Amino acid sequence: MTDAMYVQLLDLACGAFLLTGVLVLWRRELSAIVWLFALEGVALTALIVVLGVWQADLELILVGLGVGALRAGLLPYLMRRALVASGAGRETQPLVNVATSLLVAAVLAMLAYAVSQPLVRLSPTPATQAVPIALTVLLIGFFVLVTRRRALSQLVGFLLMDNAITATAFLTTSGVPLVVELGISLDLLLAVLVLQVLTTRMRAAFGGTDLDELRELHD
Amino acid sequence: MASLLLIAPVAVPAAAACVYAVLGWNRITAWLGALAAAGLLTCAVALATTEKLYGGGHALGEALAGLLHSDALSAFMLIVIGTVALLAMLASPAYLAAELAAGHTGPRAMRRYGVLTQSFIAAMALAVLASSLGLLWVAIEATTILTAFLVGHRRTRQATEAAWKYVVICSVGIALALLGIVLVHYAGDHVGVASLDWAELAEHANRLDPGVMRIAVMLLVLGFGTKAGLAPMHAWLPDAHSQAPAPVSALMSGVLLSVAFYAILRVKVIADVALGAGFTRTLLVIVALASLAVAAFLLLGQRDYKRLLAYSSIEHMGLVALGAAIGNTLALVAVLLHILGHGLGKSVLFLSAGQLHQALGSSRIHAVHGLVTRAPMLAGPFALGLLALLGLPPFSLFASELGIARAGFAAGLGWAIAAALVLMLVIVAAVGRQGQQMLLGGGPGEAIALPRGVAVPLLAGLAACAALGITLGPLHSLLQAAATIAGATP
Repeated sequence: MTDAMYVQLLDLACGAFLLTGVLVLWRRELSAIVWLFALEGVALTALIVVLGVWQADLELILVGLGVGALRAGLLPYLMRRALVASGAGRETQPLVNVATSLLVAAVLAMLAYAVSQPLVRLSPTPATQAVPIALTVLLIGFFVLVTRRRALSQLVGFLLMDNAITATAFLTTSGVPLVVELGISLDLLLAVLVLQVLTTRMRAAFGGTDLDELRELHD
Repeated sequence: MASLLLIAPVAVPAAAACVYAVLGWNRITAWLGALAAAGLLTCAVALATTEKLYGGGHALGEALAGLLHSDALSAFMLIVIGTVALLAMLASPAYLAAELAAGHTGPRAMRRYGVLTQSFIAAMALAVLASSLGLLWVAIEATTILTAFLVGHRRTRQATEAAWKYVVICSVGIALALLGIVLVHYAGDHVGVASLDWAELAEHANRLDPGVMRIAVMLLVLGFGTKAGLAPMHAWLPDAHSQAPAPVSALMSGVLLSVAFYAILRVKVIADVALGAGFTRTLLVIVALASLAVAAFLLLGQRDYKRLLAYSSIEHMGLVALGAAIGNTLALVAVLLHILGHGLGKSVLFLSAGQLHQALGSSRIHAVHGLVTRAPMLAGPFALGLLALLGLPPFSLFASELGIARAGFAAGLGWAIAAALVLMLVIVAAVGRQGQQMLLGGGPGEAIALPRGVAVPLLAGLAACAALGITLGPLHSLLQAAATIAGATP
């Protein structure tokens, strides 16, 4: 792999990573959102594998494939199953409409670039220069989490944040130590399972997963 | 031998969890939790005494290829975990028996309660024994997952809502801490520290890039601060702590918040060298005063006694953050003592509030009146617990609050202490008024009985809290050593 090709492939993977994140803001069908999340997982896998091939590091490639199996395979599968079980396919009117959301995404991208300047300055390689992209996806994930009302959309928002953190880890250093990476993946999987069980209970208790129903506890 | 002592605090509760999974919760296994907690406490005391033999300041030992590591600070935190877990587990059998009699729970839910509480205690022990930031993060996130179903134990609408909010807000908060850890790793990698081990990071902290570390530390304080219930990320706490079963609330308020704060203490050691003491101090003073203000404001009109206790936890975590911001030896010793005292006092109150809730079926303050005549055995511990939390002598919280205030004036943070004292006066007035209404107000009602199984931990907790206020005894040298490890400035 030549230098130029490596940079191009890396940029392509990061571009796909960002695009899928932004498109989540645009779509309102929950099934489409789950699809986009799976595609983002594929982009993340590609990103890690490109880094691994460039550094000729077999372990990194394998870790990348493991991350892919979790984030592009297992998690979307679990969410699809929850979606089929609930039968509800559409996001109700989000708190912020789509046009405004996309504008906000642009603002968030600028914010991410401004904030991550010190990170890029520390060692300006092609990989670290892509860190602002990961941080943009992190902020978009947070935005999805606070503006969507369906339990599943909120879950996707949280997972977008988590994908972005993983991307940052691999772009800055070759990921966190393996034991920690395993622990993080396990925690993430369990968190998703817990939230899934809770959505089932919510349906039983409230008759839906519209989180606007959650208004019983306040001061 | 030493490595066995390090593994045992995690292994004992984990083994108890396995036994619960196999045998379920019955008359005999009900006491297993208390036994496991006593085992944990024994290991913690043993670790603390070996610490003494070696002299303070350096690590006791490592186990599992360096994944676990113990020093005076870990040993002290283990003592706190063991003590509160023992109180909560002693009260659990009576609490669950009453829930079962009232039809709020069944055998399956009780089995799950046994498995989850023990796993939760094991995860907390792992958090304070972890030698790397990464493993600490994994353990703290695991506590969120393990306690989620305990918060939603009753499966009512409110419990489900509280559990959902709890998992989402805490996971997002702690995700920010994970990003912080990734950035610390990046800064460390740049100067040739390839692991996330704190000892190593602290050693090379003066060479870490300040620009990256500033962002990382901010994220870490915000992230672990969410889990420690500090404002402005505290929204989940009153809901979760008021919905969980009483012994679990005692564990969550009494230790889990402090375990999350312990992570901030470890980060602070690295940050103070990398960025100078001013940076973390400013952050911590801001969150501390914000937490005290939130607690004072929301305690004034509080109508629910379980939420009242939850807001009181926010107040005490704010005080702990303030003490950590001051950062000299006196302040850190006071902070650690405060963590232990708060753990004891808060457990007593949550356990007695659980009894009240089971007897009355409501957690509204105006539903409770004339406790002194109706339930003298319950009113006594409840009243004393409230006095302890308001920082009155002879309880240890008086001593630790005094220590934090004195240290603050000495370190030139007098303005922050003054502001904190004003807010605390508001809190004393609010809690005092509500406590008085519950204890003395209103007419007669039917009597409330107190099961013996709960009376023992209540009285033991209060006695320990009062004894610590009078003398630190053997804890004194441990606290000094732990404060040194937490980066105390003279």
